[in-house]
Amino acid sequence: MKLPIYMDNHATTQVDPRVFKAMHPYLTNIFGNSASRNHSFGWEAEEATEKARKQVADLIGATSKEIVFTSGATESDNLALKGVAEMYAEKGNHVITAATEHKAILDACKRLEKEGLRVTYLPVQTNGLIDLDQLRAAITDKTILISIMYANNEIGVLQPVAEIGKIAKERGVLFHTDGTQAAGKIPVNVTQDNIDLMSISAHKMYGPKGVGALYVRRRNPRVQLTAQMDGGGHERGMRSGTLNVPGIVGLGEACAIAKAEMPEESKRLAYLQDKLKDRLLASLDEVYINGTQEHRLPNNLNISFAYVEGESLLMGINDVAVSSGSACTSATLEPSYVLKALGAGDDLAHSSIRFGLGRFNTDEEVDYVAEKVIDVVKKLRELSPLYEMFKEGIDMSKVQWAAH
Amino acid sequence: MAYSDKVLDHYNHPRNVGSFDKSDPNVGTGMVGAPECGDVMKLQVKVNPETGVIEDAKFKTFGCGSAIASSSLATEWLRGRTVDEALAIKNTDIVNELSLPPVKIHCSVLAEDAIKAAIGDYKKKSSATTAGAQSVNA
Repeated sequence: MKLPIYMDNHATTQVDPRVFKAMHPYLTNIFGNSASRNHSFGWEAEEATEKARKQVADLIGATSKEIVFTSGATESDNLALKGVAEMYAEKGNHVITAATEHKAILDACKRLEKEGLRVTYLPVQTNGLIDLDQLRAAITDKTILISIMYANNEIGVLQPVAEIGKIAKERGVLFHTDGTQAAGKIPVNVTQDNIDLMSISAHKMYGPKGVGALYVRRRNPRVQLTAQMDGGGHERGMRSGTLNVPGIVGLGEACAIAKAEMPEESKRLAYLQDKLKDRLLASLDEVYINGTQEHRLPNNLNISFAYVEGESLLMGINDVAVSSGSACTSATLEPSYVLKALGAGDDLAHSSIRFGLGRFNTDEEVDYVAEKVIDVVKKLRELSPLYEMFKEGIDMSKVQWAAH
Repeated sequence: MAYSDKVLDHYNHPRNVGSFDKSDPNVGTGMVGAPECGDVMKLQVKVNPETGVIEDAKFKTFGCGSAIASSSLATEWLRGRTVDEALAIKNTDIVNELSLPPVKIHCSVLAEDAIKAAIGDYKKKSSATTAGAQSVNA
């Protein structure tokens, strides 16, 4: 086993060697511009991007013509929201999203609000899922778009996408989902789920960074977007810019591998996830799993170790790469807004660790990480005045804290 | 973020971890911070009532590595000082000793607050005891 161990696969993933192998020729000999229509260099490049387009479409139950290549999920999210808002401005000016969305959605919404759009941010329940009745109630005749993520990047919960798609279709509202964490990890089908737009990213599924796609439905209904990047009119006018051929080849290959190996891989990841969870719960008290355990990615475990601060825990497991919702690990010095949205209290947000298992994690690594986390949590609880108070039976919600 | 060697040393080998009996008249307890802010420090001093010298100090901290290091260092510095000397410890002394980055300065402020709170608690208790003793004598 090699240290350090990477267990932060929601942040990014290692490029699969097979993906790299597929990309390699397009970083060396095959360098044409896929928009060059009159020579073989361009044709070869175009053939590669069209193959990749099919591979992406096949993973999500779409057709090739519905795939728009972008620089990644942030761009896809921005294009979906801003492109729809601009294109459908005459139809309405209201968008519905959720409090636990990725910043690429929330901040794009904030921008649109400044430009006069109205945005409803649905709260989530303590299990991290939106309430479908609240969604139904939020739709007005001015609503043009619902944007709810498929799988949450922090807590891994899966929103009821099929039900949301159904509601959106019934009410004649477009449905965008940020599928960054879901695509390639769990079966996703845009047709079955009535998804009109979906963002995906290569580097979250063992492909390269800097490339992603936006699925844009072409039929029933035909979704139109106002381009947010002006230029040569690439990608059927929706996203100008010379195609990132090697990146797109990598995305395509990553999608093909994910599709072929998903049944086996998701089973293996779920086993590792259960093993990690069971070990931690068996050895430690006051451990809380954030988000529903029923509807969840097979590779995510977000746990709060009460009375232990997240950054100090990360410091103790410094040969294991994971993330924390603690304020001390964020640039803003605010604890995770996702965990706060679950209503668990800021103290549990400060105590949270996100384990993101991936294709290259092994049984042995999970054993090592579990042991290490257990040791460090025990050590830090020895140091924790809160754990001492908990053991003395003091109700900490009644303590007058000298907040600073 | 890279931690200084001294922060790492205090984190890996925290000094004077533990608790004294809060009801002991010679013990001063300071607890500062709040769980929802991500750090809580409990600092205790045991004072020799004859000499006013802090004979022992203990801490427990919920917080990041720099908060743990700041309070661990504080207990080292408190031992052997008089109560009044202890009050002279400034957060900037802690920042310099541990080479804390700007984003961690609040940890040192919290440690200074904890020292002041512990000493304040001791002083309050001892004046109460003295006052009590006087009233009995009168």
